[in-house]
Amino acid sequence: MTKKKFSRYSLQDKALLLTGYILLGLFVVAIIIPMIYIVVASFMDPITLQNKGITFDFSKWTITAYQRVFSNAQIWVGFGNAVLYSVTFTVVSVFITLLAAYPMSRADFKGRSFFNVIFVITMFFGGGLIPTYLLIKSLGMIDTIWAIIIPGAFSVWNMIIARTYYQGIPTELREAADVDGANEMTFYFMILLPVCMPIIAVLSLWSFVGMWNSYFDAMIYLDSASKKPLQVVLRAILIQNKPESGMISDMQSTAARAQLAELLKYATIIVSSLPLLVMYPFFQKYFDAGIMVGSVKG
Amino acid sequence: MKSSTKSASSKGVAPWKGKEGAGLHGTLVYLRQHWQLYVIFLLPAFALTIIFRYIPMGGILIAFEDYNAIKGFLGSPFVGFKHFQRFLSSPDFLSYLVNTLKLSIYGLLWGFPVPILLAFLLNHVESAKTKQKIQLVLYMPNFISVIVLCGIVKILLSVTGPLNLFLGTSTDFMTMPEAFRTIYIASGIWQGAGWGSIMYTAALSNASQELKEAAVIDGANIFQQIKAVEWPAIKDVVIIQFIMSAGNIMSVGFEKAYALQTDLNMRTSEIISTYVYKKGLLDGDYGFSTAVGLFNTVINVILLVTVNKIVARMNEGKGL
Repeated sequence: MTKKKFSRYSLQDKALLLTGYILLGLFVVAIIIPMIYIVVASFMDPITLQNKGITFDFSKWTITAYQRVFSNAQIWVGFGNAVLYSVTFTVVSVFITLLAAYPMSRADFKGRSFFNVIFVITMFFGGGLIPTYLLIKSLGMIDTIWAIIIPGAFSVWNMIIARTYYQGIPTELREAADVDGANEMTFYFMILLPVCMPIIAVLSLWSFVGMWNSYFDAMIYLDSASKKPLQVVLRAILIQNKPESGMISDMQSTAARAQLAELLKYATIIVSSLPLLVMYPFFQKYFDAGIMVGSVKG
Repeated sequence: MKSSTKSASSKGVAPWKGKEGAGLHGTLVYLRQHWQLYVIFLLPAFALTIIFRYIPMGGILIAFEDYNAIKGFLGSPFVGFKHFQRFLSSPDFLSYLVNTLKLSIYGLLWGFPVPILLAFLLNHVESAKTKQKIQLVLYMPNFISVIVLCGIVKILLSVTGPLNLFLGTSTDFMTMPEAFRTIYIASGIWQGAGWGSIMYTAALSNASQELKEAAVIDGANIFQQIKAVEWPAIKDVVIIQFIMSAGNIMSVGFEKAYALQTDLNMRTSEIISTYVYKKGLLDGDYGFSTAVGLFNTVINVILLVTVNKIVARMNEGKGL
């Protein structure tokens, strides 16, 4: 089938397509290779890895790093916090954003352009780091989950995407509901939202991923070790080279500790990234739908 | 709730129907009928915006004060443009500004075309299944966190890492100021180009299939198809994306720059946002830090407006 199609191209087009496929292939390979490297390296004996690089001599492979990562309390605490923060943020943020998008999607909504200006300005102008920090502090939100959930819970960008999506839904739906005497709430929750699942899925995924992967807010607002999310714990291990002392302190020599610390990096990368990488393909079918809307109207 | 009886009675007669929206009375009737839209739907978002976006804008006043936590926001002495003068006249100012601009402008020049190219390439993959598999791989790095990305970069480029092993050298790339921008931009393309191609891919798949078939029947080669069918389909998206990214030149990501900084590559890696963070939250120099941040924001807004105007002029009056 493909072959038959391919033969309809001229020689010049074939050359062009071939170049294109090679480029695409190279890009795919460039993405995969570092990932495979990390996966394989995470099973390697640290000394062999350092001296010879990756070998497929399986006698040199080990799962020590994973055992250490999984037996480390701080990683689990970070994991638990990351789940808690990401789920809470997703629920709160998607709910508020979807709600706000509804009046903003209606042409007959009075004050729409006023609210629109109010919202859009915040996309380009803000008080900056210190004024925001001082506000959070004076609200007593420092070192609480709310400091990282609430301030960013309403996303103007996501609101615009949801609004555009609502606008694509035939108005007959609302006219029919009006005739039936449904009020705004009934219409919204019983009729409109059920047909918006693709956009809800996309916005939820974005919010979840955004929160799961961010570290800045948690770094500046959360002090207690028991509240730190995974990315802050990872930062200590991967960027600052300061793994939890419990993870490596039993090794006798400094050299052995350093090697183990290095090996732990690979395993923590895998363990922390796996949940999202496994989860996202299930959402892939919604991506085009969600982003399509966003791109059409901007 | 008193109004509910009124509204019910007027509903029965419906004398206002024709003049809904006209005058104060019309507005009041409208509000009474649609209060849910304001109170339930919009209020949470509106309140969050006012509290967490607009109140901090008032806090910009700190940039003109010698802020003192005890005297507070209104009691601290007013110093005018002192902090701005100090920043603009310091020898570091130019270096941070140039670092910020170079990082984001080079990033834009190198990074912006790649997703568009990927989308064109994907669009010519004929088997839908293959295309989907390629997309799955292309999107994957987007789901890796900044910290993990930087961790991978550090591992790959470390003195004993695979790149050095492969080259037979022992260069410490992370400490080289000359390497910072390349590392930052290349890893950004690695992570974001596939994901960035989605909206172009979506716009391309939206291109009229009939138009495309007609072009093929007319014997258009691939270049001609791209020119006549595919480019027009994504042109608007490209323009919007370009304005948005050009307008965000000064807000180049703090998170990644900070994570890739080492003591030795500061000469190129210290950008305004990392400087604001260090001065403000690490050194506690609130007034100065706020002034520097404000300077950054203002330049950003000016850039956005300018780029929007230029693009609008080139694009027959259509900007953002």
